[in-house]
Amino acid sequence: MKMNRRQVLILLPAAAIAWESLMAGTPEEAPNYKLSDHWWSMLIDVSKCIGCGNCVRACSQENKVPEGHFRTWVERYHVDDEHMTEPQVISPNGGFDGFPAATDDSGKYFFVPKLCNHCADSPCTQVCPVGATFVTPDGVVMVDRTYCLGCAYCVQACPYGCRYIHPELEVADKCDLCYHRITKGLTTACCENCPTAARQLADLKNPKDPIHAFLRTHNVQVLKPQMATGAKVFYNDLDGSVH
Amino acid sequence: MNSFKNAGHLLRFAGLFVIAFVLFLVIRHYYVPKSFGQYGHYRGDAIKDDAARPTFYAGHDTCETCHADIATKKSGGPHAHVNCEACHGPQAIHALADDPTAHIPVKPDSATLCIKCHAASLAKPKKFPQVNEDHSMGMPCITCHTNPHSPAIDTTGTGGKK
Repeated sequence: MKMNRRQVLILLPAAAIAWESLMAGTPEEAPNYKLSDHWWSMLIDVSKCIGCGNCVRACSQENKVPEGHFRTWVERYHVDDEHMTEPQVISPNGGFDGFPAATDDSGKYFFVPKLCNHCADSPCTQVCPVGATFVTPDGVVMVDRTYCLGCAYCVQACPYGCRYIHPELEVADKCDLCYHRITKGLTTACCENCPTAARQLADLKNPKDPIHAFLRTHNVQVLKPQMATGAKVFYNDLDGSVH
Repeated sequence: MNSFKNAGHLLRFAGLFVIAFVLFLVIRHYYVPKSFGQYGHYRGDAIKDDAARPTFYAGHDTCETCHADIATKKSGGPHAHVNCEACHGPQAIHALADDPTAHIPVKPDSATLCIKCHAASLAKPKKFPQVNEDHSMGMPCITCHTNPHSPAIDTTGTGGKK
């Protein structure tokens, strides 16, 4: 094939575009979602939680959580003057059916919703012998069900007790921050269904996320900071007795 | 090459070693998923697998595309920040259907629904509205709080005991 100079000049830009798209590889499955643009976390306002259990029920339905196991659950603390460091903690059926009315007038009560803390330096992912659990580039701790052997090392390693072995699938299971929802622009099932907005999904990499202002202006704590897990579930107004 | 004259047994062993290594590479090629190691020591496609799960809660934005009137009713009332599915349950089957009328959601029963949040308990935050059992005198909440989307009663009626 013979080409004159003009034809070559016309073809060059076209060839450049073709080459560029070839080098870029296959486009991502979800073109509007980029892993590197997010760093997910959650904000929990303890003073707003009423212990209704809506989050537990919603999570259970959205994620088909087997009965008696929980990806999120709610604990009720009762701290009285005599037992400041040994609070009474109850969580009947994980708070799925709510809580019985509190009648003891002494001391203080509060509810603490719990879930996977999606630690940046997660102990559970470090112990997995087969690479079945990992932190995604957008900060979600996830389990690969096709790789998990069900050895339960991770269940023991989690300092927050957030993992369980799925009784039917016999693999480790846990909160994945409703990954199928947050990648579609929805919030998690628990946040969507919290009637008092006590739980809020937050994206630490999004400069417009209200969490940045909140963290600057409130007394926010993570659970077990002494474990240096890099927990990303932030609690506002957390009492010192919570463990 | 005299030094290799009596090294036959070593060469045979080395050959076996090479064959085993090639065999290992071939087996590895077929058994290790392509996406393993894409982001780290795990199967990169596991992220896509998880993201592909179906949703059951449609999200209030989806609800409000059709039910904007309810959203307006809610706004300004005490239930302004209570999302639709918190009371109505998971409605993706209704909201994402080609024909939403084929999956009409069941109306929640106010006799059992409201107390899930509003039953009085010392454990709840003091400012959160709570009622005892004798507040309604056995009537369903909706008898007086006729609009559950904005349930505050404006008129100064006889009312119940808080």
